[in-house]
Amino acid sequence: MSVVVAKNIRKSFGALEVLKGVSLTVEGGEVVALIGRSGSGKSTFLRCLNGLESVDSGEIEVAGHGMSRKPAELRQLRRDVGIVFQSYNLFPHLTAGENIMLAPVQVKCMGKDAARAEAKRCLALVGLGDRFEAYPDMLSGGQQQRVAIARSLAMQPKVMLFDEVTSALDPELTGEVLAVIENLARDGMTMLLVTHEMGFARRVANRTIFMKDGVIHEEGPSAEFFSAPKTPELQAFLRSEVG
Amino acid sequence: MRTFGSPEFLFIVYALRWTLSLTVLAFVGGGIMGIVLALLRIARSRTLRTITSFYMQVIQGLPLLVLLFLCYYAPSLFGIEIAALTAAAIALTINSSAFLGAIWESALRAIPKAQWESADALALTPYKTLRFVIAPQAIRLALPSTVGFLVQIIKQTSLASIIGFIEITRAGQLVSNATFEPLKAFLSVAALYFAVCFPLTQFSLWLERRTARRGAGT
Ligand SMILES: Nc1ncnc2c1ncn2[C@@H]1O[C@H](COP(=O)(O)OP(=O)(O)O)[C@@H](O)[C@H]1O
Repeated sequence: MSVVVAKNIRKSFGALEVLKGVSLTVEGGEVVALIGRSGSGKSTFLRCLNGLESVDSGEIEVAGHGMSRKPAELRQLRRDVGIVFQSYNLFPHLTAGENIMLAPVQVKCMGKDAARAEAKRCLALVGLGDRFEAYPDMLSGGQQQRVAIARSLAMQPKVMLFDEVTSALDPELTGEVLAVIENLARDGMTMLLVTHEMGFARRVANRTIFMKDGVIHEEGPSAEFFSAPKTPELQAFLRSEVG
Repeated sequence: MRTFGSPEFLFIVYALRWTLSLTVLAFVGGGIMGIVLALLRIARSRTLRTITSFYMQVIQGLPLLVLLFLCYYAPSLFGIEIAALTAAAIALTINSSAFLGAIWESALRAIPKAQWESADALALTPYKTLRFVIAPQAIRLALPSTVGFLVQIIKQTSLASIIGFIEITRAGQLVSNATFEPLKAFLSVAALYFAVCFPLTQFSLWLERRTARRGAGT
């Protein structure tokens, strides 16, 4: 079953057309990596999928919800779509545990005890079972990002979107975050991730997509995509990323 | 003729409850209105934002004394007698609402857009986002200036003496007239203002240092 269906998405910021007809289907359990030069529209596309950006034209269906401009319908869609940002965006006045409990309690009307148990489970999943009471500013960037992942997981999303989640981290901290994502992939989570980590995309993603100037320039199963890139543009991009 | 003794001093001290009552009325009334104004200032509707901004600028540009006279004398044009306390409370409320509204508006705006966005992505309603994510952070930010403005209100209540409301400044004036000892009378008044305002100012400074420390930590 397709979890994400995007058809011919177009999006402009003022006079700048950022997405020029992007179509993509992601099946349940699939991991898809989005790569490309900065400014090619990867983040914008990802943000369109949960309605953080509105599209100018095209169709989007995510986890069985059609994209809507109506706030209540949009919230229904967002309950099933987790997103993790480059800058973590934890709520600084809440502990790690409270960050995770907030949406299950306030959106899903889960009881406090059940939400606490769920938060503990999600924290353990990202390897932070002992940091429930820690405030974000007491955690390293890598730990904050893992809490952010746990916060999304607690809503039991049908698909997770990752927007350059390791780009703000020191190199020695990216590994722990990538390991968490790799575990999720192994557990069968459907994921779409914008990344600069080529090795990671090659290893973890079933499929990789190269975006250029607002369109999908080349895509394919990760193994072939990286070992035998077809277009000269992708070849040039991969060369520049490696060396 | 009376001399300045403890009965005179106590007369001024007793008037302190009116200074404080007026302060509480203005702070609570101005606070409630200020919350509404701050929220209107970040509303989606541009018209609402513009109207609110206009109101706030008009009030902020008006000397409080003029506002006080308007509140006291305007009703009598319509044959309505209004107590000095009521007029003073209304004038101070209106005045405080504009300033508190501005303080809280800027605190709300200081919360990064990414916080709204994260809450949106978690499917929280705008109300719950405000209540659980934005307001707690904004309140922490705005607390030092809010307490600072409370001190301003306390001092502003002295203007109510001009329309005959007997708070401590007016009480000091009455004692001064009766004893011909203005220095003692007004030093007593000053001491009382200081006794009330000083701890609040210290509290505000402490809050500010605490906020700055937390800010530096992140
Ligand atoms: N909110 C916005 N307003 C105006 N321009 C934007 C906005 N968001 C992104 N852009 C522009 O859209 C283009 C694509 O950005 P983005 O999707 O972030 O690319 P990528 O993720 O591939 O680096 C960039 O030129 C960027 O400056």
